[in-house]
Amino acid sequence: MQITKLSLIETKQALLDKQFSEAELNQAYLDRIEKLNSKLNAFLHVQTNKVGIPAAIKDVISTKDIPTTAASKILENYLPPFNATVMNRLAAQNISVIGKTNCDEFAMGSSGENSAYGKTLNPWDLGRVPGGSSSGSAAAIAADLAVFALGSDTGGSIRLPASLCGTIGFKPSYGRVSRYGLLSMASSLDQIGTFTKTVADARLLLEWMSGTDNLDSNCLQEAFKASNTDKKDNLKGLRVGVPTEYFGQGLDQEVAKVIKSAISKMESLGAKIVEISLPHTEYAIAAYYIIMASEVSSNLARFDGIRFGKQRDQFGAEPKRRIMLGTFSLASGYYDDYYAQAAKVRTLIRQDFARAFTQCDAIVGPVSPTPAWQIGEKVTDPLAMYLSDVYTVPASMAGLPGISVPAGFVQGLPVGLHVLSKYADDETVLNVAEVFTEQTNFAKEKPDL
Amino acid sequence: MRQPKSDLQNSQNIEHVAKLANLPLSNAELAIYSEQLDKIIDYINQLNQVDTKGVEPTFSVREITNVFQTGEQNQSLTATEALQNAPVHKDNFFVTKGIFED
Repeated sequence: MQITKLSLIETKQALLDKQFSEAELNQAYLDRIEKLNSKLNAFLHVQTNKVGIPAAIKDVISTKDIPTTAASKILENYLPPFNATVMNRLAAQNISVIGKTNCDEFAMGSSGENSAYGKTLNPWDLGRVPGGSSSGSAAAIAADLAVFALGSDTGGSIRLPASLCGTIGFKPSYGRVSRYGLLSMASSLDQIGTFTKTVADARLLLEWMSGTDNLDSNCLQEAFKASNTDKKDNLKGLRVGVPTEYFGQGLDQEVAKVIKSAISKMESLGAKIVEISLPHTEYAIAAYYIIMASEVSSNLARFDGIRFGKQRDQFGAEPKRRIMLGTFSLASGYYDDYYAQAAKVRTLIRQDFARAFTQCDAIVGPVSPTPAWQIGEKVTDPLAMYLSDVYTVPASMAGLPGISVPAGFVQGLPVGLHVLSKYADDETVLNVAEVFTEQTNFAKEKPDL
Repeated sequence: MRQPKSDLQNSQNIEHVAKLANLPLSNAELAIYSEQLDKIIDYINQLNQVDTKGVEPTFSVREITNVFQTGEQNQSLTATEALQNAPVHKDNFFVTKGIFED
């Protein structure tokens, strides 16, 4: 048995059955990290534990007395004096931190290249980006360097790297999981989620992590509990919406083929395919970059070098760019044209989804317009980089739950299928994704490292 | 529709934004950002093609107001913990720049 191939649920069972000890489990993953991290740069910090089930944690999530840098020089020596709520909830389930994963600085980026500690590489092709911003978490799970990983998703930062690295990346509904202890980027969008080897693991982790938290008043009161526990092998009765706007200009034709074949597979599993329209899709990135940057400029004002961290000149280029953009859009004289207008367009995007969900139960499409791109390809053109999030941002603006599941390959590079559902209907997303991954073999494919 | 003009290529404007943002930027950085931000803002200006008359803004998708906590005392950080990451502290306080004099 290869310990590092096991899912979270399988690992728990194997420990119960005493097939191996927690020390052996941790050593198996530490050996693999030792062998592969120098190639991938997925971890910024590794903990040599002997107990617990090892998880990889994105370095924007506060871990008590374990370095948390947000992949920024400004927090180079920062040691959080407290745990994020999710870390306390996971600790109660015997989860330990095997390491903190690399990411774009302060979770700002689509490629993983914005880290102050060097870029993470894609395990499927070391010349390509893993996607961002949760680059190290996605690469770590693709390469079996932890049982599961946590990431954060503001405009696609879990789903995009999951798609590019061929892992399962789940962003729960906004407010489903407490953000307390997550280094704030854009508070009206930020959400913690998971990278896992199976969809069932993502469901279990959501049950563990969700639920009311006095420290995050946005948090949904009820903990998530799967209500339909009968495992299904088909999608009978499910109406699947396919947005016309997600298959237009800009979508790589080979990626389109993979996604269309995934949709045919869903149809053959009993789903009814419905064509839908999300007419404000084309404005989503523009509105997002105003709203997100405005919130960034406000949230990052706390880094004043007094209570923690270094001076503000230690921010990297992307945080500085977004702080500047946000400050500009909130400045007197520009507010109505930019921030206020973007907030209204956000309403129109939500209304698009609300109308679509009268015709369907789930929406599917591509996660990324292309497979993993070459390192350096988009670094000098921030706008081209921002447009990588064109299919993930609209759902973020509406707070919807979404997942990326492996759906095939283009020239050896993974392609993720995006599944979305109504606000707070995380269950449908998980159930549809589970049937799809179990009736196909793509999620079991692993890179040759 | 009116096209707002950002004009961040104007060096006074970009310096003003940097000052508001409390970012100490070099002249080289100011030059790069003014060019990049102008391009991004050009793209963002397409928002003004959208008819939003009568549309209410969305500031949060959680349509909630006034979330109350139970009136219990929660565990909080000790002074030592709160100060553990401060570059300079003295007598259990953070040391900040003086406002009137140092």
